[in-house]
Amino acid sequence: MSRMTVNGRPVQFDMDPQTPLLWALRDAANLTGTKYGCGAGDCGACMVMVDGAALRSCLVTIAEAEGRYVTTIEGLSHDRSHPVQQALVAEQAIQCGFCTPGIAMAAAALLERNANPGEAEIREAIPNLCRCGVYPRLVKAIERAGRVARRAERISAAPAPGIDARDAASAVPAMRAPDIEGEIE
Amino acid sequence: MSDLMEKAASPQLSRRTLLKAGALAGGGLTLTASIPMVARAAAGAEPAEAMLNAFITIAPDNTITIVGKNPEIGQGIKTSLPMLVAEELDADWDQVRIVQADADMAKYGPQMAGGSFSTPMNWMPMRQVGAAGRQMLLEAASRRWGVDSAKLQTRLGTVVDPASGRSLTYGELASEAAKVAVPDIAKVPLKDPQDFKIIGRAIGGIDSPRIVRGEPIFGVDTQLPGLVYAAYERSPVFGAKLVSARLDAVKAQPGVIDAFVVEGNGNAEQLVDGVAIIAKNWWIANKAREKLEIEWDNGEWASHSSAGYDKKARELMAAGKPEEVFSSEGDVDAAFASAAKILEAEYSYPFLAHVPMEPQNCTALCKDDGSIEMWAPSQTPQGGQQGVAQMLGLKPEQVTVHVTRMGGGFGRRLTNDYMHQSAAIARKMPGTPVQLIWSREDDVRSDFYRPAGWHRLRASLDENGKLTGFDDHFITFDLGDGAYNPAAMAPDIFPAKFVPNLRYAQSKLKSAVPMGALRAPSSNALSFVTQSFLDEVAQEQGSDLPNLMLELLSTRGPFPDTQGFVGMQPGFKPARAKAVIEKSMQMGAWGTPSAEGRAKGFGFYFSHMGYFAEVVEASISDRGQITVHNVWAAGDVGSHIINPFGALNQVEGAIIDGIGQAMSLAVEIEGGATVQSNFHDYPVPRMPVTPNIEVEFIKTDYSPTGLGEPALPPVIPALVNALAALTGKRVRSLPIDGKALV
Repeated sequence: MSRMTVNGRPVQFDMDPQTPLLWALRDAANLTGTKYGCGAGDCGACMVMVDGAALRSCLVTIAEAEGRYVTTIEGLSHDRSHPVQQALVAEQAIQCGFCTPGIAMAAAALLERNANPGEAEIREAIPNLCRCGVYPRLVKAIERAGRVARRAERISAAPAPGIDARDAASAVPAMRAPDIEGEIE
Repeated sequence: MSDLMEKAASPQLSRRTLLKAGALAGGGLTLTASIPMVARAAAGAEPAEAMLNAFITIAPDNTITIVGKNPEIGQGIKTSLPMLVAEELDADWDQVRIVQADADMAKYGPQMAGGSFSTPMNWMPMRQVGAAGRQMLLEAASRRWGVDSAKLQTRLGTVVDPASGRSLTYGELASEAAKVAVPDIAKVPLKDPQDFKIIGRAIGGIDSPRIVRGEPIFGVDTQLPGLVYAAYERSPVFGAKLVSARLDAVKAQPGVIDAFVVEGNGNAEQLVDGVAIIAKNWWIANKAREKLEIEWDNGEWASHSSAGYDKKARELMAAGKPEEVFSSEGDVDAAFASAAKILEAEYSYPFLAHVPMEPQNCTALCKDDGSIEMWAPSQTPQGGQQGVAQMLGLKPEQVTVHVTRMGGGFGRRLTNDYMHQSAAIARKMPGTPVQLIWSREDDVRSDFYRPAGWHRLRASLDENGKLTGFDDHFITFDLGDGAYNPAAMAPDIFPAKFVPNLRYAQSKLKSAVPMGALRAPSSNALSFVTQSFLDEVAQEQGSDLPNLMLELLSTRGPFPDTQGFVGMQPGFKPARAKAVIEKSMQMGAWGTPSAEGRAKGFGFYFSHMGYFAEVVEASISDRGQITVHNVWAAGDVGSHIINPFGALNQVEGAIIDGIGQAMSLAVEIEGGATVQSNFHDYPVPRMPVTPNIEVEFIKTDYSPTGLGEPALPPVIPALVNALAALTGKRVRSLPIDGKALV
């Protein structure tokens, strides 16, 4: 039984201790925001924060994570208000979005250490692979996230349409999310 | 797929469009448009019909829901098509919700992400449906107020009566609008483009806020009660057959639920022989493969290799006796006999893999009645639905396919082999939902690769240096009679029709390597070959490529609409090509030398109905390390850029993709199997490779076309041509070997 804290909650995994943290999070904890991209510690799609450092969760076993404090993309903020989340949306540094959670975790860990990173430091801190090629926007987005983290700027990247009704319903219980799918049939 | 391409090539709306209105259960309006399209296929072909359906609902709470019917692979279509509806509906974008449609040919018509077709196919129909909805809402308000609808206006999802100042939201009017007679969709007035408020606005991806929160929206995130996980072991040698498998050791692994042999159906695009391992989590299933003992019959294919293909191709090029001449103009032999100068060169390019970030996966559940429900990241979900039904002896309606968002496509998910595997596995365990996931190694080694290819090119110049003849002997693969060849060279590929004497011929190699379309199929290779060789011609003339292109494009008059530049795409306009060439020259300060140690190169290509000219500035270190500093791209995809956010992302991404192909990517075959396995030996570009990219669009009076592909092809020759200018050495084989240039 491997015990750790995941997104602020105590968790114990009744799994082979050699199970990579990635697969414990995805297949056992249902935290599918952390992505599998290569399984070899290369692409960075599986990055999570372990005790504040961005690590590739495909390389960390749950035995090694014992007693650690793990934060996944789901735990970065409850309302996507983290500066990195806001800035990635505002700068549209997203295409297919599969690599985005890993990039967000790498960037969040960077800003934790240094809220005012230069371009070279950003390039070094984000080794992640984005097959769609959002790289030109990524540096800008992370610089902007840094300004937000330093309170030098505010972003109100409003939630996109298509999600807000349900979000509102979960935030304000009196509101009812329309059951649109059912109505289309 | 080619059939769909033809249908999509030039859609025209028919007057037989059926627009149906209905009431929502809790009040409100539903609009369903069934739009038969008559598409002009290639010259001489019979007109084909396709259905294009649109679904909109307006609920009393003022929420407008538009069904996104085409698969989303990161190209932004789930955002941009609803923008067209919302624009003409005159909705407030913030009140629009989008839901992804399941695969259903009868209900939605073709649903496909490929060929950059979604935009040209939907531009008019989606707008017309929105405009019809607006008409009905105006009519409902007119009846309520007793005011002529011509005196009413719409604004941000409300109908306004300017005379009295009163207004009603669409939600308030929706139930009454459902009772209004449906207008003739072919006659509803469309907005004057200068009044557009949504089209042309940079709008964020509809799913982006969910993506940054890690919400489960991709295929591989599918969760069902009791879900188990599967890995699939197939032969690394293509075309091999399974002889026997010992599964006891695998089944004994803790956490393994089952393991069984799956017999292929003889169609590599559907199901190849293999062993499925089912486990509590995917890591266990995948790891248990180490314990497998399988005997394969590799047949004749194990002797195949990239080196072997290369040797054969070069022998064929040297022999100079093509199997088939497929394009011929003028008298090419006479042109070469009387030439003052002849240039000859052999060009080649390797197999390429797609490697979308989300590995192939599919979740399937076989129900008690034998029907199958699937959650599939597929660019052609209907093809998967039909294939699975056929494979399992079911009717298509017994196979339900939920279309998930995809972590990239690039053409890999046009082929649905993983859907068939997943369905075949689920069939063996009825009642249990199973999620098949491929490892990255599976993905790299079991792709449908961009075909390798070889070209022996010759050009003849007269005493004035004018290009008089062009001859290409293309060595490609035989993919079987009637099969779509994703490397096919159309008879009218440039410079056909622009050089007086020309011959295109080909010979074919046999292979069991699976091949398929990769982003900008054919064009991603032919751009390198033709634009690099024409750069050699221009150098010989003492000119340069953009000026040679401008000259060649001026040699023939306006083309009839059916005249293609790359075969399947009608309507190539030399004037549009010249405009983007001139624009890119201006953007990249063509003719002004670069800083010391740098040089510029140029490339133009027309593909998927889009015109792109690109100038690349690069340098090379003493050790042969290439740096791309700047790319200036000028494009023409018609009258409007629907969503500038999405458009720029596509162009920038395509350019980076092309630079990666040129600089570092190759799939090699040895012993009948793929050598590469993961990102360490198939190094797609990362941040340090990324140049500064500047993009400008020229807007022309043509209907908007797609952007998933056309920006990619020109960057490859532009980089190669920059390196030729820089080093004096010509790259004729991809990927570029930097060390050979210094």
